[in-house]
Amino acid sequence: MASTDTDLAPILDTFERRPETLISLLQAVQGRLGYLPPEVLGTVARHARVPRSRVYGVASFYSQFRFNPVGRHRVAVCRGTACHVRGARLILEELERSLGIKEGQTTEDMEYSLETVACIGCCGLSPCISVGDEVSAKLTAKKVRKLFKNAQRSAHK
Amino acid sequence: MTDKPPGTKYPETKILSRNFGVPESWTLKVARERGAYANLEKALREMTPDQVIDEMKKSRLRGRGGAGFPTGVKWGFVPKDSDKPVYICCNADESEPGTFKDRYLMELDPHLVLEGCLIAAYAVSAERIWIYVRGEYPGSIARLEQAIEEATAANVLGDKILGTDFSCDCVVHSGAGAYVCGEETGLLESLEGKRGHPRIKPPFPAVEGAFGCPTVINNVETLSHVPWIVEHGGQAFADQGIGPDPDDPKSMGSSGTKLMGVSGQVKHPGVWEFEFGITVRELIYDYAGGPLDGRKIKAVIPGGVSMPVLLDEELDVKMGFDDLVKAESGLGTACAIVMDDSVDMVEACENIAHFFADESCGQCTPCREGCHWIEKIFRRINAGEGTEADLDLLEHLFPQIEGRTICALAEAAVWPVRSILVKFRHEFEAKLVKTPVGAS
Repeated sequence: MASTDTDLAPILDTFERRPETLISLLQAVQGRLGYLPPEVLGTVARHARVPRSRVYGVASFYSQFRFNPVGRHRVAVCRGTACHVRGARLILEELERSLGIKEGQTTEDMEYSLETVACIGCCGLSPCISVGDEVSAKLTAKKVRKLFKNAQRSAHK
Repeated sequence: MTDKPPGTKYPETKILSRNFGVPESWTLKVARERGAYANLEKALREMTPDQVIDEMKKSRLRGRGGAGFPTGVKWGFVPKDSDKPVYICCNADESEPGTFKDRYLMELDPHLVLEGCLIAAYAVSAERIWIYVRGEYPGSIARLEQAIEEATAANVLGDKILGTDFSCDCVVHSGAGAYVCGEETGLLESLEGKRGHPRIKPPFPAVEGAFGCPTVINNVETLSHVPWIVEHGGQAFADQGIGPDPDDPKSMGSSGTKLMGVSGQVKHPGVWEFEFGITVRELIYDYAGGPLDGRKIKAVIPGGVSMPVLLDEELDVKMGFDDLVKAESGLGTACAIVMDDSVDMVEACENIAHFFADESCGQCTPCREGCHWIEKIFRRINAGEGTEADLDLLEHLFPQIEGRTICALAEAAVWPVRSILVKFRHEFEAKLVKTPVGAS
């Protein structure tokens, strides 16, 4: 796993060594590693020439950044108000059953993570979820079961 | 309504949305065939920057991000003799629940967005455009980046644009997930690589914005209106929509067209473009198909999730800035969320309150603490553990949050839930713990 300074160097070197690059820098590092391990914060801090506390402050402020590894497929249920009134809770419950995990958890095989997010911005297609960058729209419990019918098997392998 | 005779529908006016549905509308080739950048060329060759600002002022275009500030006036605040660089910032951090209009513009007509940004940059002599797109819109980011690449290759963006002396570049900045960064100064902080804490104003961004330099921040849809105004003149824009109230000298009216959306419990959710003047009811019934079969509309939030709700009998109000304020609600982002009679309003309040509690940046105590109090109280009531005192506590709490913070997130957190509590108090009372007889 690329978590040392040398492994990250090719990514870091594409950014100027200035504080204002911090968010883009964190996005690039997380894009490579999947999350932000604690030791990486110091590396990023040195590159952006800011204190480590500021890196942590910024990384913990934005919902995109995470400090723990997540599954290969990140399943996010939209809890926007349009999705809420179209049954987002039922979609979440069905996903919890299909994946065999609760909101905020990752399957043991690290295949799936399940989370809820603020509005995805597909309100005309509610209720919706995103899996990675892909949005699945106008969901029903049945459609969820179909989408994830192989998931539980892999989760309990 | 379905029983309306055909031909009586409030008409759509496709100006911003004229290229929606055209195959490959996001490519430079198709966009230019359909007139893209002709108005940038007109502005650069035939108009001075001040003339562009004058047309914007004449148009009475008001900001489409929710606040409705007059765009031409905002541009006029930028100092003419600044020794610092000037920036344009296109606010594409569309994060308000229920709002999905800017996504259409960015994904289906990125060159229109870019042309609007460039004309704005010319008007205020800006040398760089930042487009701050929420990170949850990877599709929009990809389309914009492709558009920038194509536009640069075609010399409508970059150095000495179209052979003139005007140079301007454009950078897309991906947000990282924070609703408060849609607030213009929160956005600036985020652009500078910091936590998105809104700034105290003044100084206003037009004087001291990104990196301490004069910065104009406009919503995606606002900027997308600019090419049409350059083509047809500000007066033609002002002649559309709802004019200012002649009895109110402060009224600015609601000029031009607006993208309006409907989501939630309707048959055909979607986004359409109209001249201001359509009523909320016409929008919901004639375009969004009305409520689902066998259901009745219970409440509508006319713009995003941060405005007070309207009841079914209050829907004959026009979708307009002043009209909705008079109806004690607000236009917001003009993307309505419809709730029918199957919705538990206490649960809806818990959903809304959770969003604002989660998104409060934590800078101002009334918002940081208050939004969580509101959420906890609604959760308690929803769980059947609330008491009459909780309702009193909410009423006591709202005025201590609203208007006591740096930015408007606190108001947005209070307005919808307070209106729901007032209009549906019986639903809250029905969930309270029943005080045993004889208990004191």
